[in-house]
Amino acid sequence: MRFPTSPAATIERSHRTLRWAMLTPALAFVGLMIAFPLVYTVYLSITDAFGAVNAGARPVGLQNYGDALTDGRRFWPAVWRTVVFTIGAVLLETVLGLALAMLMRKAFRGMRWVRTVLIVPLLATPVAIAILWLLILDPTNGIANRMLAVVGIGPQEFLGSVSGSLPTLVLIDVWQWTPMITLLLLAGLSTLPEEPEEAAVVDGANAWQRFRHVVLPMLVPTLATALVLRTVDALKTFDILYATKGPGGGSAFEVETLNVLAYGLTFDYQEYGLASAVLVLFTLFIIGIVVLLRRRAGRSES
Amino acid sequence: MSVISVPAQSAVVAVRRRRRPSGWSWVRGGAITLVCLVFALPIVWMFAAAFKTNAQVTDPSVGLVFTPTLDNFRAIIDGGQILQAMANSLIVGVVSTALSALIAVPAAWAVGRFRMRSTGSLVLVARIVPAVSLLVPWYYLFAQAGLVGTYTVLVLSHMFVSVPLILWIMIGFFEGLPIELEEAARVDGLSAFGAFLRIALPLAAPGTATASVLAFVASWNNFMFALVLADEDTETVPVTLFSFISYASTDWGGLMAAATLMTVPVVVVALLAQKHLVAGLTAGATKG
Repeated sequence: MRFPTSPAATIERSHRTLRWAMLTPALAFVGLMIAFPLVYTVYLSITDAFGAVNAGARPVGLQNYGDALTDGRRFWPAVWRTVVFTIGAVLLETVLGLALAMLMRKAFRGMRWVRTVLIVPLLATPVAIAILWLLILDPTNGIANRMLAVVGIGPQEFLGSVSGSLPTLVLIDVWQWTPMITLLLLAGLSTLPEEPEEAAVVDGANAWQRFRHVVLPMLVPTLATALVLRTVDALKTFDILYATKGPGGGSAFEVETLNVLAYGLTFDYQEYGLASAVLVLFTLFIIGIVVLLRRRAGRSES
Repeated sequence: MSVISVPAQSAVVAVRRRRRPSGWSWVRGGAITLVCLVFALPIVWMFAAAFKTNAQVTDPSVGLVFTPTLDNFRAIIDGGQILQAMANSLIVGVVSTALSALIAVPAAWAVGRFRMRSTGSLVLVARIVPAVSLLVPWYYLFAQAGLVGTYTVLVLSHMFVSVPLILWIMIGFFEGLPIELEEAARVDGLSAFGAFLRIALPLAAPGTATASVLAFVASWNNFMFALVLADEDTETVPVTLFSFISYASTDWGGLMAAATLMTVPVVVVALLAQKHLVAGLTAGATKG
Protein backbone atom coordinates (compact mmCIF):
# COMPACT_ATOMS: atom_id res chain seq x y z
CA MET A 1 0.00 0.00 0.00
CA ARG A 2 1.31 3.45 -0.87
CA PHE A 3 -0.02 6.68 0.49
CA PRO A 4 1.08 9.53 -1.82
CA THR A 5 0.45 12.08 0.93
CA SER A 6 1.79 10.04 3.79
CA PRO A 7 2.29 12.07 6.98
CA ALA A 8 5.85 10.87 7.00
CA ALA A 9 6.47 12.12 3.47
CA THR A 10 7.89 15.47 4.51
CA ILE A 11 10.25 13.98 7.03
CA GLU A 12 11.17 11.27 4.59
CA ARG A 13 12.50 13.63 1.94
CA SER A 14 14.88 15.43 4.26
CA HIS A 15 16.14 12.48 6.23
CA ARG A 16 17.20 9.75 3.89
CA THR A 17 20.62 9.54 5.54
CA LEU A 18 19.23 9.21 9.06
CA ARG A 19 16.91 6.45 7.93
CA TRP A 20 19.76 4.45 6.44
CA ALA A 21 22.05 5.13 9.38
CA MET A 22 19.45 3.62 11.72
CA LEU A 23 18.66 0.73 9.45
CA THR A 24 22.15 -0.31 8.36
CA PRO A 25 23.54 -1.94 11.55
CA ALA A 26 20.60 -4.37 11.85
CA LEU A 27 20.38 -5.08 8.13
CA ALA A 28 24.14 -5.51 7.79
CA PHE A 29 24.25 -7.87 10.77
CA VAL A 30 21.43 -10.13 9.60
CA GLY A 31 22.58 -9.89 5.99
CA LEU A 32 26.18 -10.86 6.76
CA MET A 33 25.17 -13.65 9.15
CA ILE A 34 22.96 -15.09 6.42
CA ALA A 35 24.56 -14.18 3.07
CA PHE A 36 27.96 -15.76 3.61
CA PRO A 37 26.51 -19.00 5.03
CA LEU A 38 24.03 -19.35 2.18
CA VAL A 39 26.67 -18.86 -0.51
CA TYR A 40 29.05 -21.13 1.37
CA THR A 41 26.44 -23.87 1.79
CA VAL A 42 25.67 -23.82 -1.93
CA TYR A 43 29.43 -23.98 -2.63
CA LEU A 44 29.93 -26.91 -0.22
CA SER A 45 27.03 -28.77 -1.81
CA ILE A 46 28.98 -29.13 -5.07
CA THR A 47 32.17 -30.34 -3.37
CA ASP A 48 33.26 -33.50 -1.60
CA ALA A 49 33.96 -31.62 1.67
CA PHE A 50 34.39 -34.18 4.45
CA GLY A 51 36.10 -34.48 7.84
CA ALA A 52 37.93 -31.46 9.24
CA VAL A 53 36.28 -28.11 8.52
CA ASN A 54 39.41 -26.71 6.87
CA ALA A 55 40.39 -29.83 4.92
CA GLY A 56 40.51 -29.20 1.17
CA ALA A 57 37.42 -29.90 -0.91
CA ARG A 58 37.24 -30.80 -4.60
CA PRO A 59 34.31 -29.80 -6.79
CA VAL A 60 32.18 -32.79 -7.71
CA GLY A 61 29.40 -31.07 -9.63
CA LEU A 62 25.91 -32.20 -8.79
CA GLN A 63 26.96 -35.59 -7.46
CA ASN A 64 25.81 -34.83 -3.88
CA TYR A 65 22.37 -33.90 -5.16
CA GLY A 66 22.27 -37.12 -7.14
CA ASP A 67 23.34 -39.10 -4.08
CA ALA A 68 20.70 -37.46 -1.90
CA LEU A 69 17.85 -37.80 -4.39
CA THR A 70 18.56 -41.48 -5.05
CA ASP A 71 18.97 -42.33 -1.34
CA GLY A 72 15.93 -44.38 -0.44
CA ARG A 73 17.30 -45.37 2.97
CA ARG A 74 17.76 -42.04 4.74
CA PHE A 75 16.79 -39.10 2.49
CA TRP A 76 13.35 -40.02 1.14
CA PRO A 77 12.09 -41.48 4.43
CA ALA A 78 13.25 -38.22 6.06
CA VAL A 79 11.30 -36.18 3.50
CA TRP A 80 8.26 -38.32 4.17
CA ARG A 81 8.59 -37.97 7.98
CA THR A 82 9.03 -34.21 7.67
CA VAL A 83 5.83 -33.99 5.64
CA VAL A 84 3.87 -36.33 7.94
CA PHE A 85 5.06 -34.55 11.09
CA THR A 86 4.32 -31.08 9.70
CA ILE A 87 0.90 -31.87 8.25
CA GLY A 88 -0.14 -33.83 11.34
CA ALA A 89 1.03 -31.21 13.81
CA VAL A 90 -0.13 -28.10 11.94
CA LEU A 91 -3.51 -29.59 11.06
CA LEU A 92 -4.26 -30.64 14.64
CA GLU A 93 -2.94 -27.37 16.03
CA THR A 94 -5.07 -25.34 13.64
CA VAL A 95 -8.30 -27.24 14.33
CA LEU A 96 -7.78 -27.35 18.11
CA GLY A 97 -6.40 -23.79 18.19
CA LEU A 98 -9.44 -22.50 16.30
CA ALA A 99 -11.86 -24.39 18.54
CA LEU A 100 -10.13 -23.06 21.63
CA ALA A 101 -10.11 -19.51 20.29
CA MET A 102 -13.87 -19.66 19.63
CA LEU A 103 -14.37 -21.07 23.13
CA MET A 104 -12.42 -18.20 24.70
CA ARG A 105 -13.68 -15.49 22.39
CA LYS A 106 -16.23 -13.84 24.66
CA ALA A 107 -14.62 -12.46 27.82
CA PHE A 108 -15.07 -14.49 30.99
CA ARG A 109 -13.86 -14.37 34.58
CA GLY A 110 -10.35 -15.76 34.92
CA MET A 111 -9.46 -15.06 31.26
CA ARG A 112 -6.18 -13.59 32.47
CA TRP A 113 -5.22 -16.82 34.20
CA VAL A 114 -6.19 -18.99 31.28
CA ARG A 115 -4.02 -16.91 28.96
CA THR A 116 -1.13 -17.22 31.42
CA VAL A 117 -1.55 -21.01 31.41
CA LEU A 118 -1.58 -20.95 27.61
CA ILE A 119 1.65 -18.96 27.16
CA VAL A 120 3.75 -21.14 29.47
CA PRO A 121 4.12 -24.02 26.92
CA LEU A 122 5.07 -21.44 24.26
CA LEU A 123 7.80 -19.92 26.39
CA ALA A 124 9.08 -23.11 28.03
CA THR A 125 12.36 -24.60 26.82
CA PRO A 126 11.70 -27.32 24.20
CA VAL A 127 14.49 -29.50 25.62
CA ALA A 128 12.93 -29.31 29.10
CA ILE A 129 9.50 -30.07 27.61
CA ALA A 130 10.94 -33.05 25.75
CA ILE A 131 12.44 -34.48 28.95
CA LEU A 132 9.22 -33.88 30.85
CA TRP A 133 7.23 -35.85 28.27
CA LEU A 134 9.85 -38.62 28.34
CA LEU A 135 8.98 -39.02 32.02
CA ILE A 136 5.21 -38.73 31.60
CA LEU A 137 5.17 -41.13 28.64
CA ASP A 138 7.65 -43.64 30.04
CA PRO A 139 6.05 -47.00 29.13
CA THR A 140 6.57 -48.60 32.56
CA ASN A 141 6.99 -45.72 35.04
CA GLY A 142 5.03 -42.92 33.39
CA ILE A 143 1.75 -41.44 34.56
CA ALA A 144 0.28 -41.48 31.02
CA ASN A 145 -0.25 -45.25 30.84
CA ARG A 146 -1.75 -45.20 34.33
CA MET A 147 -4.27 -42.56 33.26
CA LEU A 148 -5.07 -44.49 30.08
CA ALA A 149 -5.69 -47.58 32.24
CA VAL A 150 -8.32 -45.62 34.18
CA VAL A 151 -10.32 -45.07 30.99
CA GLY A 152 -9.76 -48.68 29.91
CA ILE A 153 -7.01 -48.23 27.31
CA GLY A 154 -4.10 -50.70 27.39
CA PRO A 155 -0.50 -49.61 27.94
CA GLN A 156 1.19 -47.80 25.05
CA GLU A 157 4.89 -47.82 24.10
CA PHE A 158 4.82 -44.13 23.03
CA LEU A 159 8.42 -43.04 22.37
CA GLY A 160 9.67 -46.55 23.13
CA SER A 161 8.42 -48.04 19.87
CA VAL A 162 9.52 -47.41 16.29
CA SER A 163 6.05 -46.90 14.86
CA GLY A 164 4.70 -44.90 17.81
CA SER A 165 7.48 -42.34 18.11
CA LEU A 166 6.58 -39.92 15.33
CA PRO A 167 2.84 -39.74 16.20
CA THR A 168 3.79 -39.23 19.88
CA LEU A 169 6.09 -36.36 18.95
CA VAL A 170 3.32 -34.85 16.83
CA LEU A 171 1.16 -34.83 19.97
CA ILE A 172 3.93 -33.24 22.06
CA ASP A 173 4.30 -30.55 19.39
CA VAL A 174 0.51 -30.08 19.43
CA TRP A 175 0.61 -29.65 23.21
CA GLN A 176 3.33 -27.02 22.97
CA TRP A 177 2.12 -25.01 19.95
CA THR A 178 -1.70 -25.14 19.89
CA PRO A 179 -1.78 -22.13 22.28
CA MET A 180 0.17 -20.13 19.71
CA ILE A 181 -2.58 -20.59 17.11
CA THR A 182 -5.23 -19.82 19.74
CA LEU A 183 -3.56 -16.57 20.81
CA LEU A 184 -3.01 -15.47 17.20
CA LEU A 185 -6.64 -16.19 16.35
CA LEU A 186 -7.93 -14.46 19.49
CA ALA A 187 -5.95 -11.37 18.44
CA GLY A 188 -7.52 -11.68 14.98
CA LEU A 189 -11.02 -12.22 16.38
CA SER A 190 -10.78 -9.11 18.54
CA THR A 191 -10.33 -6.94 15.45
CA LEU A 192 -13.39 -8.27 13.60
CA PRO A 193 -16.45 -5.98 13.22
CA GLU A 194 -19.58 -7.16 15.05
CA GLU A 195 -22.19 -6.01 12.52
CA PRO A 196 -21.98 -8.96 10.09
CA GLU A 197 -22.64 -11.42 12.90
CA GLU A 198 -25.50 -9.37 14.31
CA ALA A 199 -27.01 -9.25 10.84
CA ALA A 200 -26.68 -13.04 10.60
CA VAL A 201 -28.47 -13.45 13.94
CA VAL A 202 -31.33 -11.30 12.64
CA ASP A 203 -31.44 -13.47 9.52
CA GLY A 204 -31.89 -16.52 11.75
CA ALA A 205 -28.49 -18.16 11.28
CA ASN A 206 -27.56 -20.61 14.03
CA ALA A 207 -24.23 -20.61 15.86
CA TRP A 208 -22.56 -23.04 13.46
CA GLN A 209 -23.79 -21.12 10.41
CA ARG A 210 -22.56 -17.82 11.85
CA PHE A 211 -19.17 -19.39 12.50
CA ARG A 212 -18.89 -21.12 9.13
CA HIS A 213 -20.21 -18.38 6.86
CA VAL A 214 -19.54 -15.14 8.74
CA VAL A 215 -16.67 -15.43 11.25
CA LEU A 216 -14.45 -17.97 9.47
CA PRO A 217 -14.22 -16.07 6.16
CA MET A 218 -13.28 -12.88 8.03
CA LEU A 219 -10.66 -14.81 9.98
CA VAL A 220 -8.90 -16.21 6.90
CA PRO A 221 -6.07 -13.64 6.80
CA THR A 222 -5.11 -14.31 10.44
CA LEU A 223 -5.52 -18.03 9.92
CA ALA A 224 -3.22 -17.85 6.89
CA THR A 225 -0.52 -15.99 8.85
CA ALA A 226 -0.74 -18.47 11.71
CA LEU A 227 -0.56 -21.37 9.27
CA VAL A 228 2.55 -20.05 7.51
CA LEU A 229 4.35 -19.30 10.79
CA ARG A 230 3.55 -22.69 12.28
CA THR A 231 4.32 -24.62 9.08
CA VAL A 232 7.79 -23.07 8.75
CA ASP A 233 8.60 -23.83 12.38
CA ALA A 234 7.14 -27.34 12.25
CA LEU A 235 9.18 -28.20 9.14
CA LYS A 236 12.32 -27.16 11.01
CA THR A 237 11.47 -28.88 14.32
CA PHE A 238 14.68 -30.18 15.88
CA ASP A 239 14.89 -29.79 19.64
CA ILE A 240 12.12 -32.15 20.79
CA LEU A 241 13.05 -34.76 18.17
CA TYR A 242 16.75 -34.74 19.03
CA ALA A 243 16.23 -34.53 22.80
CA THR A 244 13.78 -37.45 22.96
CA LYS A 245 15.25 -39.79 20.36
CA GLY A 246 18.89 -38.71 20.08
CA PRO A 247 21.14 -38.59 16.99
CA GLY A 248 19.64 -40.02 13.81
CA GLY A 249 16.13 -39.86 15.23
CA GLY A 250 16.43 -43.21 17.03
CA SER A 251 17.95 -46.61 16.26
CA ALA A 252 15.72 -47.14 13.21
CA PHE A 253 15.83 -43.43 12.23
CA GLU A 254 12.14 -43.42 13.21
CA VAL A 255 11.88 -39.65 13.79
CA GLU A 256 14.69 -38.56 11.46
CA THR A 257 13.26 -35.56 9.61
CA LEU A 258 15.21 -33.52 7.06
CA ASN A 259 16.50 -31.17 9.75
CA VAL A 260 17.65 -34.02 11.99
CA LEU A 261 19.22 -35.77 8.98
CA ALA A 262 21.06 -32.61 7.91
CA TYR A 263 22.30 -32.10 11.46
CA GLY A 264 23.49 -35.69 11.71
CA LEU A 265 25.24 -35.66 8.31
CA THR A 266 26.98 -32.44 9.32
CA PHE A 267 27.99 -32.95 12.92
CA ASP A 268 27.93 -36.73 13.46
CA TYR A 269 29.33 -37.85 10.07
CA GLN A 270 31.15 -34.64 8.94
CA GLU A 271 29.71 -35.22 5.44
CA TYR A 272 29.62 -31.48 4.73
CA GLY A 273 29.17 -31.87 0.96
CA LEU A 274 26.20 -34.22 1.13
CA ALA A 275 24.73 -32.38 4.15
CA SER A 276 24.88 -29.08 2.26
CA ALA A 277 23.10 -30.60 -0.73
CA VAL A 278 20.37 -31.88 1.63
CA LEU A 279 20.16 -28.42 3.22
CA VAL A 280 19.85 -26.64 -0.13
CA LEU A 281 17.05 -29.04 -1.11
CA PHE A 282 15.43 -28.59 2.33
CA THR A 283 15.59 -24.77 2.11
CA LEU A 284 14.09 -24.81 -1.41
CA PHE A 285 11.39 -27.15 -0.09
CA ILE A 286 10.49 -24.73 2.73
CA ILE A 287 10.50 -21.73 0.39
CA GLY A 288 8.29 -23.64 -2.04
CA ILE A 289 5.77 -24.44 0.68
CA VAL A 290 5.73 -20.85 1.99
CA VAL A 291 5.15 -19.48 -1.54
CA LEU A 292 2.40 -22.05 -2.10
CA LEU A 293 0.67 -21.27 1.21
CA ARG A 294 0.85 -17.51 0.70
CA ARG A 295 -0.51 -17.78 -2.85
CA ARG A 296 -3.40 -19.98 -1.70
CA ALA A 297 -4.11 -17.64 1.21
CA GLY A 298 -4.06 -14.67 -1.17
CA ARG A 299 -6.55 -16.40 -3.46
CA SER A 300 -9.03 -17.34 -0.75
CA GLU A 301 -8.82 -13.80 0.61
CA SER A 302 -9.98 -12.25 -2.66
CA MET B 1 -26.02 -28.74 7.72
CA SER B 2 -29.50 -29.87 8.42
CA VAL B 3 -30.20 -27.48 11.28
CA ILE B 4 -31.73 -24.33 9.87
CA SER B 5 -34.09 -22.37 12.05
CA VAL B 6 -37.27 -21.63 10.15
CA PRO B 7 -38.99 -18.28 10.91
CA ALA B 8 -42.20 -20.08 11.92
CA GLN B 9 -40.31 -21.59 14.85
CA SER B 10 -39.09 -18.22 16.02
CA ALA B 11 -40.97 -18.51 19.31
CA VAL B 12 -39.14 -21.74 20.12
CA VAL B 13 -35.85 -20.20 19.01
CA ALA B 14 -36.43 -17.17 21.21
CA VAL B 15 -37.08 -19.34 24.24
CA ARG B 16 -34.06 -21.47 23.53
CA ARG B 17 -31.89 -18.42 23.08
CA ARG B 18 -32.99 -16.95 26.38
CA ARG B 19 -32.34 -20.14 28.30
CA ARG B 20 -29.15 -21.07 26.52
CA PRO B 21 -26.66 -18.73 28.24
CA SER B 22 -26.77 -20.47 31.62
CA GLY B 23 -26.46 -24.01 30.22
CA TRP B 24 -23.93 -22.96 27.63
CA SER B 25 -21.80 -21.07 30.11
CA TRP B 26 -21.54 -24.19 32.30
CA VAL B 27 -20.41 -26.26 29.31
CA ARG B 28 -18.01 -23.53 28.30
CA GLY B 29 -16.62 -23.17 31.81
CA GLY B 30 -16.10 -26.93 32.02
CA ALA B 31 -14.38 -27.04 28.64
CA ILE B 32 -12.07 -24.14 29.50
CA THR B 33 -11.18 -25.76 32.84
CA LEU B 34 -10.35 -29.01 31.04
CA VAL B 35 -8.13 -27.15 28.57
CA CYS B 36 -6.30 -25.42 31.41
CA LEU B 37 -5.66 -28.78 33.10
CA VAL B 38 -4.29 -30.24 29.87
CA PHE B 39 -1.80 -27.41 29.47
CA ALA B 40 -0.92 -26.81 33.12
CA LEU B 41 -0.76 -30.33 34.60
CA PRO B 42 2.38 -31.51 32.73
CA ILE B 43 4.24 -28.42 33.98
CA VAL B 44 2.92 -28.99 37.52
CA TRP B 45 4.01 -32.63 37.20
CA MET B 46 7.53 -31.45 36.31
CA PHE B 47 7.71 -29.13 39.33
CA ALA B 48 6.36 -31.87 41.60
CA ALA B 49 8.80 -34.49 40.31
CA ALA B 50 11.69 -32.14 41.05
CA PHE B 51 10.81 -32.41 44.75
CA LYS B 52 10.36 -36.21 44.79
CA THR B 53 12.85 -38.93 45.56
CA ASN B 54 13.85 -41.04 42.56
CA ALA B 55 11.70 -43.90 43.85
CA GLN B 56 8.68 -41.57 43.99
CA VAL B 57 9.32 -40.05 40.54
CA THR B 58 9.19 -43.44 38.84
CA ASP B 59 6.14 -44.60 40.79
CA PRO B 60 3.06 -43.19 39.05
CA SER B 61 0.90 -44.02 42.05
CA VAL B 62 2.65 -41.17 43.89
CA GLY B 63 0.60 -38.23 42.72
CA LEU B 64 0.86 -34.64 43.81
CA VAL B 65 0.69 -35.38 47.55
CA PHE B 66 4.05 -36.38 49.03
CA THR B 67 6.75 -35.10 51.38
CA PRO B 68 8.92 -32.76 49.31
CA THR B 69 12.70 -33.10 49.35
CA LEU B 70 15.37 -30.74 48.09
CA ASP B 71 17.83 -33.59 47.46
CA ASN B 72 17.54 -33.37 43.67
CA PHE B 73 18.42 -29.68 43.68
CA ARG B 74 21.24 -30.28 46.13
CA ALA B 75 22.64 -33.06 43.96
CA ILE B 76 22.63 -31.13 40.69
CA ILE B 77 23.95 -27.97 42.33
CA ASP B 78 26.76 -29.92 44.00
CA GLY B 79 27.58 -31.27 40.54
CA GLY B 80 28.46 -27.66 39.73
CA GLN B 81 27.66 -27.91 36.04
CA ILE B 82 24.12 -26.55 36.25
CA LEU B 83 25.01 -23.30 38.02
CA GLN B 84 27.78 -22.62 35.51
CA ALA B 85 25.34 -23.36 32.69
CA MET B 86 22.71 -21.03 34.16
CA ALA B 87 25.31 -18.29 34.47
CA ASN B 88 26.30 -18.91 30.84
CA SER B 89 22.68 -18.80 29.68
CA LEU B 90 22.15 -15.60 31.62
CA ILE B 91 25.27 -13.90 30.22
CA VAL B 92 24.57 -14.94 26.63
CA GLY B 93 20.87 -14.07 26.96
CA VAL B 94 21.37 -10.62 28.48
CA VAL B 95 24.23 -9.55 26.20
CA SER B 96 22.65 -10.85 22.99
CA THR B 97 19.30 -9.28 23.87
CA ALA B 98 20.81 -5.90 24.78
CA LEU B 99 22.92 -5.71 21.62
CA SER B 100 19.99 -6.86 19.49
CA ALA B 101 17.69 -4.22 20.95
CA LEU B 102 20.40 -1.60 20.39
CA ILE B 103 20.50 -2.21 16.64
CA ALA B 104 16.97 -3.52 16.00
CA VAL B 105 14.88 -0.82 17.72
CA PRO B 106 16.27 2.12 15.65
CA ALA B 107 15.96 -0.02 12.53
CA ALA B 108 12.34 -0.85 13.38
CA TRP B 109 11.61 2.86 13.83
CA ALA B 110 13.12 3.62 10.41
CA VAL B 111 11.08 0.84 8.78
CA GLY B 112 7.87 1.74 10.61
CA ARG B 113 8.09 5.50 10.13
CA PHE B 114 9.36 5.58 6.56
CA ARG B 115 7.30 2.67 5.29
CA MET B 116 10.17 0.51 4.10
CA ARG B 117 8.21 -2.72 4.27
CA SER B 118 10.41 -4.52 1.76
CA THR B 119 13.20 -4.66 4.34
CA GLY B 120 10.80 -6.65 6.48
CA SER B 121 11.21 -9.50 4.01
CA LEU B 122 14.72 -10.01 5.36
CA VAL B 123 13.08 -10.96 8.64
CA LEU B 124 11.10 -13.62 6.80
CA VAL B 125 14.24 -14.98 5.12
CA ALA B 126 15.98 -15.19 8.51
CA ARG B 127 13.02 -17.22 9.75
CA ILE B 128 12.83 -19.60 6.79
CA VAL B 129 16.47 -20.66 6.46
CA PRO B 130 17.20 -23.81 8.51
CA ALA B 131 19.69 -23.02 11.27
CA VAL B 132 21.79 -26.10 10.42
CA SER B 133 22.68 -24.58 7.07
CA LEU B 134 24.10 -21.54 8.86
CA LEU B 135 26.01 -23.50 11.47
CA VAL B 136 28.64 -25.11 9.23
CA PRO B 137 29.72 -21.81 7.62
CA TRP B 138 29.56 -20.06 11.00
CA TYR B 139 31.60 -22.82 12.57
CA TYR B 140 34.12 -22.60 9.72
CA LEU B 141 34.35 -18.81 9.93
CA PHE B 142 34.48 -18.64 13.73
CA ALA B 143 36.99 -21.51 13.90
CA GLN B 144 39.33 -19.51 11.63
CA ALA B 145 38.97 -16.57 14.01
CA GLY B 146 39.57 -18.85 17.02
CA LEU B 147 36.19 -17.93 18.46
CA VAL B 148 34.47 -21.33 18.74
CA GLY B 149 33.59 -22.05 22.36
CA THR B 150 33.61 -18.38 23.37
CA TYR B 151 30.72 -16.25 24.60
CA THR B 152 31.24 -13.99 21.56
CA VAL B 153 30.21 -16.65 19.08
CA LEU B 154 27.20 -17.67 21.19
CA VAL B 155 26.09 -14.05 21.52
CA LEU B 156 26.44 -13.48 17.76
CA SER B 157 24.48 -16.64 16.91
CA HIS B 158 21.71 -15.83 19.38
CA MET B 159 21.54 -12.28 18.03
CA PHE B 160 20.77 -13.80 14.66
CA VAL B 161 17.44 -14.94 16.17
CA SER B 162 16.86 -11.89 18.39
CA VAL B 163 17.44 -9.10 15.86
CA PRO B 164 14.72 -10.28 13.43
CA LEU B 165 12.40 -11.03 16.38
CA ILE B 166 12.75 -7.55 17.93
CA LEU B 167 12.60 -5.94 14.49
CA TRP B 168 9.35 -7.75 13.72
CA ILE B 169 7.63 -6.79 16.97
CA MET B 170 8.88 -3.20 17.04
CA ILE B 171 7.97 -2.37 13.42
CA GLY B 172 4.35 -3.06 14.33
CA PHE B 173 4.72 -1.12 17.57
CA PHE B 174 6.13 2.02 15.92
CA GLU B 175 3.48 1.88 13.20
CA GLY B 176 0.88 1.95 15.97
CA LEU B 177 2.34 5.08 17.63
CA PRO B 178 0.73 8.33 16.50
CA ILE B 179 3.18 10.27 14.37
CA GLU B 180 1.69 13.64 15.43
CA LEU B 181 3.75 13.78 18.63
CA GLU B 182 6.98 13.40 16.71
CA GLU B 183 5.85 15.99 14.16
CA ALA B 184 5.03 18.45 16.93
CA ALA B 185 8.48 17.89 18.42
CA ARG B 186 9.99 18.56 15.00
CA VAL B 187 8.05 21.82 14.72
CA ASP B 188 9.43 22.74 18.14
CA GLY B 189 12.92 22.39 16.76
CA LEU B 190 14.00 18.80 17.47
CA SER B 191 15.86 16.97 14.71
CA ALA B 192 14.36 13.76 13.33
CA PHE B 193 16.88 11.80 15.37
CA GLY B 194 16.01 13.94 18.41
CA ALA B 195 12.34 13.16 17.85
CA PHE B 196 13.18 9.45 17.82
CA LEU B 197 15.36 9.67 20.93
CA ARG B 198 13.21 12.01 23.03
CA ILE B 199 9.69 11.18 21.86
CA ALA B 200 9.37 7.84 20.07
CA LEU B 201 11.81 5.84 22.17
CA PRO B 202 10.22 6.63 25.57
CA LEU B 203 6.78 5.88 24.11
CA ALA B 204 8.10 2.60 22.75
CA ALA B 205 9.53 1.52 26.11
CA PRO B 206 6.75 -1.02 26.86
CA GLY B 207 7.09 -2.54 23.39
CA THR B 208 10.86 -2.66 23.70
CA ALA B 209 10.55 -4.37 27.07
CA THR B 210 8.17 -6.99 25.69
CA ALA B 211 10.32 -7.63 22.62
CA SER B 212 13.42 -7.89 24.79
CA VAL B 213 11.79 -10.39 27.16
CA LEU B 214 10.74 -12.56 24.21
CA ALA B 215 14.23 -12.29 22.70
CA PHE B 216 15.76 -13.29 26.03
CA VAL B 217 13.41 -16.28 26.28
CA ALA B 218 14.35 -17.34 22.74
CA SER B 219 18.02 -17.19 23.73
CA TRP B 220 17.39 -19.00 27.03
CA ASN B 221 15.62 -21.80 25.14
CA ASN B 222 18.01 -22.05 22.19
CA PHE B 223 19.51 -25.51 21.97
CA MET B 224 21.14 -26.10 18.61
CA PHE B 225 23.51 -23.14 18.45
CA ALA B 226 25.10 -23.85 21.81
CA LEU B 227 25.15 -27.59 21.08
CA VAL B 228 27.56 -26.85 18.22
CA LEU B 229 29.28 -23.60 19.10
CA ALA B 230 29.81 -23.85 22.89
CA ASP B 231 32.43 -25.80 24.79
CA GLU B 232 32.25 -27.24 28.33
CA ASP B 233 32.91 -23.88 29.96
CA THR B 234 30.39 -21.89 27.94
CA GLU B 235 27.57 -24.40 27.37
CA THR B 236 24.07 -23.14 28.13
CA VAL B 237 21.38 -24.90 30.19
CA PRO B 238 19.55 -26.76 27.38
CA VAL B 239 22.84 -28.38 26.35
CA THR B 240 23.65 -29.34 29.94
CA LEU B 241 20.15 -30.73 30.32
CA PHE B 242 20.60 -32.74 27.12
CA SER B 243 23.91 -34.14 28.40
CA PHE B 244 22.11 -35.23 31.60
CA ILE B 245 19.74 -37.37 29.49
CA SER B 246 22.60 -38.97 27.61
CA TYR B 247 24.76 -39.84 30.61
CA ALA B 248 22.37 -40.21 33.54
CA SER B 249 19.08 -41.23 31.99
CA THR B 250 17.83 -42.91 35.15
CA ASP B 251 18.20 -39.83 37.40
CA TRP B 252 14.69 -38.53 36.75
CA GLY B 253 14.64 -36.45 39.92
CA GLY B 254 17.80 -34.62 38.89
CA LEU B 255 16.52 -34.14 35.34
CA MET B 256 13.23 -32.70 36.59
CA ALA B 257 15.03 -30.44 39.05
CA ALA B 258 17.20 -29.09 36.23
CA ALA B 259 14.17 -28.72 33.95
CA THR B 260 12.39 -26.90 36.78
CA LEU B 261 15.29 -24.47 37.23
CA MET B 262 15.00 -23.72 33.49
CA THR B 263 11.24 -23.33 33.47
CA VAL B 264 10.58 -21.38 36.67
CA PRO B 265 11.98 -18.08 35.31
CA VAL B 266 9.74 -18.45 32.26
CA VAL B 267 6.65 -19.10 34.39
CA VAL B 268 7.45 -16.07 36.55
CA VAL B 269 7.80 -13.90 33.47
CA ALA B 270 4.51 -15.27 32.13
CA LEU B 271 2.74 -14.46 35.41
CA LEU B 272 4.13 -10.93 35.54
CA ALA B 273 3.66 -9.86 31.94
CA GLN B 274 1.03 -12.15 30.41
CA LYS B 275 -0.79 -9.35 28.60
CA HIS B 276 2.31 -7.76 27.08
CA LEU B 277 3.78 -11.10 26.05
CA VAL B 278 0.59 -12.13 24.27
CA ALA B 279 0.62 -8.80 22.42
CA GLY B 280 4.26 -9.36 21.47
CA LEU B 281 3.76 -12.97 20.38
CA THR B 282 0.83 -12.04 18.17
CA ALA B 283 2.36 -8.81 16.82
CA GLY B 284 1.84 -8.37 13.12
CA ALA B 285 -0.46 -11.35 12.76
CA THR B 286 -3.64 -9.36 12.31
CA LYS B 287 -2.22 -7.01 9.71
CA GLY B 288 -1.82 -9.86 7.23
